[in-house]
Amino acid sequence: MKVLLCIGHVPDTTSKIRFTENDTVFDTKDIQYIVGPYEELALTRLLEIKEQIGDLNITAINVGPQDTEPTIRKALAVGADDAIRVNAEATDALFVAKQIAEVFKNGDYDFIVTGRESIDFNGAQVGEMIAELLDIPSISSTTKIEIDGKTAKLNREIDGGKEALELEFPFVSTAGKGFALEPRIPSMRGIMQARKKPLQVIEPISQEVKTKTNKFYLPESKAACKFVDAEDVDELVRLLHEEAKVI
Amino acid sequence: MSVLVYTENWDGKFKKSSFELLSYANEIAKKANTELTALTIGNVSEEELKSLGKFGASKVLVIKDEKLKDFIAKTYSSAIAQVAEKLDSKIIIVANNVSGRAVAARISVKLDGSFAPGVMHLPSSIEPFVVRKKAYSGKAFSDFELTGKVTVLSLNPNSFKLIEDAKGITIEEITVEINDADLAAKPKSVEKATGKLLITEAEILVSGGRGLKGPENWGMIEELATTLGAATCCSRPVADLEWRPHEEHVGQTGKVVAPNLYIAVGISGAIQHLAGVNSSKVMVAINTDEEAPFFEAADYGIIGDAFKVVPALNEAIKKFKAHS
Ligand SMILES: Cc1cc2nc3c(=O)[nH]c(=O)nc-3n(C[C@H](O)[C@H](O)[C@H](O)COP(=O)(O)OP(=O)(O)OC[C@H]3O[C@@H](n4cnc5c(N)ncnc54)[C@H](O)[C@@H]3O)c2cc1C
Ligand SMILES: Nc1ncnc2c1ncn2[C@@H]1O[C@H](COP(=O)(O)O)[C@@H](O)[C@H]1O
Repeated sequence: MKVLLCIGHVPDTTSKIRFTENDTVFDTKDIQYIVGPYEELALTRLLEIKEQIGDLNITAINVGPQDTEPTIRKALAVGADDAIRVNAEATDALFVAKQIAEVFKNGDYDFIVTGRESIDFNGAQVGEMIAELLDIPSISSTTKIEIDGKTAKLNREIDGGKEALELEFPFVSTAGKGFALEPRIPSMRGIMQARKKPLQVIEPISQEVKTKTNKFYLPESKAACKFVDAEDVDELVRLLHEEAKVI
Repeated sequence: MSVLVYTENWDGKFKKSSFELLSYANEIAKKANTELTALTIGNVSEEELKSLGKFGASKVLVIKDEKLKDFIAKTYSSAIAQVAEKLDSKIIIVANNVSGRAVAARISVKLDGSFAPGVMHLPSSIEPFVVRKKAYSGKAFSDFELTGKVTVLSLNPNSFKLIEDAKGITIEEITVEINDADLAAKPKSVEKATGKLLITEAEILVSGGRGLKGPENWGMIEELATTLGAATCCSRPVADLEWRPHEEHVGQTGKVVAPNLYIAVGISGAIQHLAGVNSSKVMVAINTDEEAPFFEAADYGIIGDAFKVVPALNEAIKKFKAHS
């Protein structure tokens, strides 16, 4: 079996976010990049499945310029078998989805896994778009996945509950919380091996871009916190009612 | 051309979030000089459908196809896209929840459109369509421009006020074509907590962190939530330690919430936690440590022991509610 795992190259979760060029460009200075946190969970679970069923090849794919290669290597170090980088800036979700759908069509992959949501764009859309382009089912916010032979058993989050599904290949699953418990970290041996694993670079297919980010803003700096004495909670109630008007 | 809102119903009933969605869409319809049509799927009574007319819809459409009994992203997006095409809708708006996001992205691809996920404000311009969206997990925002043939938006729950605008409405049942092959992805079992206030929709959240020491101490959190008509949630370690169910985990890797009031009890305020809650309108932090980072983000703070402050606050709010 073969799975295509879509990994984002995103700023570390502790990053302070800044912009340059009149707030039109993300400032990459001092930013550490990581594999998206959901994709890390996804990779971890896929490795567990691989250990269970033996026959599973995990291809990590990223749409991005050369700067994303260290991130892709991290996924290889954790345990992905090989990788593909589509050589283009990822500025638009549909553009990214088109590239990945194309790779899927040209390979003999059985299913696709993405993260539930990227932590830089926060679209929760790339996986759905890939599925739509390929005309296959999408299971969003998957909380559990098991694979045996011809079917996959998935649990997914729904609003206010959960669902269990059983489906045939192919499909797109977007990995949410619960997909795996703790992300695996690369071993020394993994890091050594990652250097030798194949990372194929391919050129993008053309795709009209239909969204753009004109300008970024940082949240307005908040007024300083108003402290209320721990002995005087009535004062907090008064403030919440009269000043903040939330109760 | 009309603005089309797809709104879910829960066992035939609409929620406040449906009316928020309509209120938001109605403002856009006015800006775009057009009508607002609401669409829902399922068995909904005439009476209930009429309630959508109070918030600006002039037409309400309902699809009652048995094939759409279960939510499947592929069939729902196909159904909604078919209706949008029939009406020639150029702007389609859904709720930014798990199912809404999934259908919105698919619809935008089907209709050669563009999609702005998780909007919270009215667009600053209709032509070109520019709307503000969250970026970097709430640490920033961006002005996002959509140039596709169709504009698809998903609106964050709790981010828009209700604006009544009653219209004489027409209600119509409408049919769509559903491909039987798509039904294969239907759920085998569904567990839904009915009647429970959803964390993503609650107006007030009382949230507990590791400072509460153990699951046995959540009674006071639940009591405070009950007094306030709030839902409860928690930080990630609390869910990881299984003190609370995973559904309650909020933050960058949990649920993203934006209530009117977020009360953080015994939560340090790590950047990953704040990323999921910093769109809340008002935040209160209760923490023994005056250096806790949460106090930099909070509007109001109490430096004190949760085990004393929370019960006292509960009593104070009860007293306040009894008198107001
Ligand atoms: C990739 C990644 C993603 C993450 N995603 C999330 C996420 O989505 N959500 C999330 O919450 N975290 C997330 N985290 C974890 C985050 O970094 C913090 O570790 C976590 O938020 C801390 O939880 P806490 O505040 O409950 O616990 P702690 O940091 O242990 O803080 C407990 C607080 O309670 C206070 N306290 C102690 N006793 C009392 C008392 N009696 N009364 C009042 N206060 C008291 C302490 O002063 C302290 O401030 C993530 C981390 C990473 C690396
Ligand atoms: N440039 C990219 N290359 C590969 N996968 C991506 C890329 N951007 C997003 N993804 C995948 O799509 C998921 C959802 O991203 P988003 O729609 O931006 O929230 C992410 O969690 C990744 O798995």
